[in-house]
Amino acid sequence: MTDGTPGNTGWFEGVEPGDVAAAAAAIREGSAERPRNWPAEAVETGFADDESAYYETLKEATIEAADAGVTEREQADDQQLIHAVRSMDDCERTANELAERVAEWAGTRFSEAGTGIEYARELATREPADTTERPLIGLARRVADLADEAAVLRRHVESTAPDIAPNLSALAGPVLAARLISLAGGLESLAKKPSGTVQVLGAEDALFAHLQGSAPSPKHGVIYTHEYVSGTDPDERGSAARALAGKLTIAARIDHYSGDRRPELDAELDERIATIRSRGEQ
Amino acid sequence: MSLPDGVQRRSFDGEVALATRGPPVYGEPVVDGWRRWDPERSKLGAMLEKGVETGLTGDETVLYLGAASGTTVSHVADFAGPTYAVEFAARPTRDLLDVARERERLFPLLKDARAPETYAHVVEPVDVIVQDVATRGQAAVALDNRRFLNDDGRLLMAIKARSEDVTRSPEAVFDDVLDSLETGYEIRNRERLEPYHDDHLALCAEPR
Repeated sequence: MTDGTPGNTGWFEGVEPGDVAAAAAAIREGSAERPRNWPAEAVETGFADDESAYYETLKEATIEAADAGVTEREQADDQQLIHAVRSMDDCERTANELAERVAEWAGTRFSEAGTGIEYARELATREPADTTERPLIGLARRVADLADEAAVLRRHVESTAPDIAPNLSALAGPVLAARLISLAGGLESLAKKPSGTVQVLGAEDALFAHLQGSAPSPKHGVIYTHEYVSGTDPDERGSAARALAGKLTIAARIDHYSGDRRPELDAELDERIATIRSRGEQ
Repeated sequence: MSLPDGVQRRSFDGEVALATRGPPVYGEPVVDGWRRWDPERSKLGAMLEKGVETGLTGDETVLYLGAASGTTVSHVADFAGPTYAVEFAARPTRDLLDVARERERLFPLLKDARAPETYAHVVEPVDVIVQDVATRGQAAVALDNRRFLNDDGRLLMAIKARSEDVTRSPEAVFDDVLDSLETGYEIRNRERLEPYHDDHLALCAEPR
C-alpha cells in the first residue's frame, strides 16, 4: 500500500485470508485511485476461492471496519462537543462582561445610553462621529461579533449533541446535555457516574462546603436550568432534581452503551415530574 | 415504465404500494414476506412510485452514496446485486450496520462520498450509482464518483435544492447543478419529487 508509487491495489492485498482485523484495517486505511474488478482479482490471486466466498469475507470486513470507525468517531465526537459548549459559554460570558464595559463608557458620552448586548449591537451600527468615539464603537462591534459567535456555537451544539447523545439531548435539551458531558469530562465518564453525582454536577463548590460541614447539601447543580427543576415548587424541587438526574443518568448510559433512541424515557420522566408536582399542590 | 425484478406493487391493508422482499428494517408493514417501500421516506422509492424511467432491471451492482440509516439501501439490496453503501455520519451508520448484518451482499462503508479514493480499493465498477447526499456540491460528488460507473452504467440522483442554497429558488439551484453535471454526464430524464419530497429533483443520467 505504501510502496511510494500511487498504488492501485485492492483492500485484500497483503491481507491473510481469515484475518478479519487486518482486513478491516485495510478497508479503513487503504485507498486507490480507481476501482477495479476486485472480486475477480481476489479469486485470481487466491485470496478467495470464488466470488461468493469473496463477498462473504468482504461483508465481514466492511461491517467490522464500519463498526470500529463508528465507535472511534463517537468517542472523539464528545470531546468536540465539550470544546464547543465551553467556547459557547466563554463567548457568552465575555460578551456580557464587555457589554457592561460598553454601557459604562457610553453612559459618559450619550444621554440615551442603554445597557446589555442589545445596546452594544445598536452602538455597533453607528458611524463614529469623531476619533474619540471610534474606540467605544469599535468595542461595541466586538461585543456584537462575540454575541454572534456565541449564537453560532449554540446552534452547533444544538445540532451535534443529539447525534452524540440522542436520549440525553431529548430529555435535557441539547445544551444542558452538552454541559453535563462537559462537566463529567466525556459521555463515557458521565455514563459511569451515579445519579446522585449527576444531580449535583456543576455545584461542586456547594458540595465541598457541605462535605466540610459548613453548609446544607446542594439539591441540584447545572440541571437547575432544566424547566423540570426550576419550574417546580421550591418544596418539591429536591425531589424533581433527583427524579430528573435519575432519568438523565439512564439516558447517558443508553447513549454510551447502545446509542439507540428510547422515546419511552421521555414519557416516564414527564409522568414522574407530573406526580411530584401534583404532590406540591395538595 | 417497468419496475425492476424484485420490486412489485403489493396490497397492504387494501392499499397498493411498492414492496421488496427481505428482512424488515424500520417497522414497515410486511405481507407474505414483501416489505412496503414508503416513497415518503425514500427518494428512489418516490422515483419508482412516480414512474420515472430508471432503467433498473434488478441484480445490478450498486454504489449507494448517502446511505444514511439504510432505509432506502435496504430495499435496493433486496432487489439488486452487490450493493456498496457509503455514509459519512457515525450515528446513522450504526443503524446501517444492523441493516447490513441481515443482508448477504450489502457492504457498509464509513466514508466521505467527496473522497472516492478512500473507498476505490473496496468498491468494484458498478452498473448503477444512487446518490442522495445532503451536502453542498452534489454535482461535484456525482462527477467525482463517475470513475465507478461502467460505460453503460447509470446515475440515479436526487438533488436537494436546500442543501445547495436555501436562499435561491429551487429551479435556479437545479439549473446550476445540471449545468455542472453535464460536464460528465448526459442527462436522460428528470422529474420533481413532489408530493413525496419538497424541492427535490430526481434525475437519471449516463456517463459521457
